[in-house]
Amino acid sequence: MKVRTVGYYFQEALTSLRRNGLMALASVGTVAVALLILGGALLTVLNANNIMKSVENELLISVYLQEGVDETAIGDLEQQINDTPGVAKSRFISKEESLEKLRQQFGETKGSLEFSRNPLPDSFEVNAEKSNLVKGIADKIRGLSGVEKVNYPAEVVQKLSTLVEWVRLIGAVIIILLALAAVFLISTTIRLTVFARRREIGIMKFLGATNWFIRWPFVLEGVFLGLAGALVSGLILYFVNFYIVEAVKQFPFMRVQTDMKDVYIILGSLLGGGIFIGAIGSVISVRKFLQV
Amino acid sequence: MIQMYNVSMIYPNGVKALTDVSLHVRKGDFIFLVGPSGAGKSTLTKLIFREELPTRGQIMVNGINIARMKDKEVPYLRRKIGVIFQDFRLLPNKSVYDNVAFALEVAEASSKEIKKLVPAVLKLVGLTNKADMLPTELSGGEQQRVSIARAIINNPIMIIADEPTGNLDPETSWEIMNLLVEINKLGTTIIMATHAKDIVDGLKKRVIAIENGRVVRDEQKGAYGYES
Repeated sequence: MKVRTVGYYFQEALTSLRRNGLMALASVGTVAVALLILGGALLTVLNANNIMKSVENELLISVYLQEGVDETAIGDLEQQINDTPGVAKSRFISKEESLEKLRQQFGETKGSLEFSRNPLPDSFEVNAEKSNLVKGIADKIRGLSGVEKVNYPAEVVQKLSTLVEWVRLIGAVIIILLALAAVFLISTTIRLTVFARRREIGIMKFLGATNWFIRWPFVLEGVFLGLAGALVSGLILYFVNFYIVEAVKQFPFMRVQTDMKDVYIILGSLLGGGIFIGAIGSVISVRKFLQV
Repeated sequence: MIQMYNVSMIYPNGVKALTDVSLHVRKGDFIFLVGPSGAGKSTLTKLIFREELPTRGQIMVNGINIARMKDKEVPYLRRKIGVIFQDFRLLPNKSVYDNVAFALEVAEASSKEIKKLVPAVLKLVGLTNKADMLPTELSGGEQQRVSIARAIINNPIMIIADEPTGNLDPETSWEIMNLLVEINKLGTTIIMATHAKDIVDGLKKRVIAIENGRVVRDEQKGAYGYES
């Protein structure tokens, strides 16, 4: 393919975009909305995952034992906990260890933690394999003998994981529907172009143009439409995300750390998605309406 | 140049356009295709150009069997054949120069070639001083000259003309015919479907008459043979 010919393809594609102004705008708009929702859903899932990751350490189930449980009973209990389905690992923490940990945390005020008798209970730190298994495990362990109390940050985790599931599901459905609409609109735009230029296409054919010489400008036009939509949605998302993250940072307990690398990956996938939608749309039209 | 062997063409709607046509065209021939409307003249030209595939029979163009040619080879065949139509088929929003250059662009020629060839061909058809005009600003004869320039710029082995003088007055028709005769003298084969009795009778070239899809007459230095 010669440079000159590629220049011709671009020129033709741009000319016909200008000619199809309104339809082109509608296509770009639809692509933008579809990708906006795609990007929004991706960002929500990403941020939720980040929050969940930060809660994951607290996602440990803390199992506190009753006073005076002896070592064999503790051994049995450890066995039972480890046999519970969904438990990734568990660790026994003796009351002495807990106290030591506490002392470290309040290092400077060492004196205030001197007790005649250690008030802390023996405990287990239990890790679940998945966030949605936490509740079941906690309920099971609560029923074991020798267990005084079971703690876990159930509500937050559970709600987050359901939110993520819903965002994924609804997002996927809407994205698919909108992507189809975008493909349809782009293929309609391209069809208008093909129709407007059918005479020229006929002339090209008898002058000996190859099929791809005729097709390329149309395919490029579709790709431009998709790309433009992706750029619009990318810009909007970039700024919206920026403001949301800034706002959320005001609350110290929300540890939202959006890794810029992830944001660039999302923006990249939006561009890729736009190009893909545009190419599909134009290829459909070119195949159906351009009988070269 | 062209050999047709027992070519028949039946369109999908059942119309028998050509039946058992065999003919030979030599390099440098100037051929008039005559016959009533709907006799099969246009179909014959479309077959040479491979716009249609024959239902039966073989067609050799320049040593290649085009009935067996792959679709993607067709554009390269067409670049060797110039085509001229009754309605000129020029691009209305491109200048004379660009219309002629378009044939080279489509054939993916370099801009150096385009800059060299287009002025030369425009000079040959006598349109050098109208290069920047749009087709709508030209007379019918001038528009047909543009389409001839476009047809010959790829240096074709033959030109197929489908009633090229059908929309022109007698005087302009003769100008166009003189141009085609000149091009023929340079070695290009010309096949021209026509209803112009004066021209066929005046030029005394090879005449092939087609009626009801069959070749009924093929004479050197022939005449039109029908009442006009």
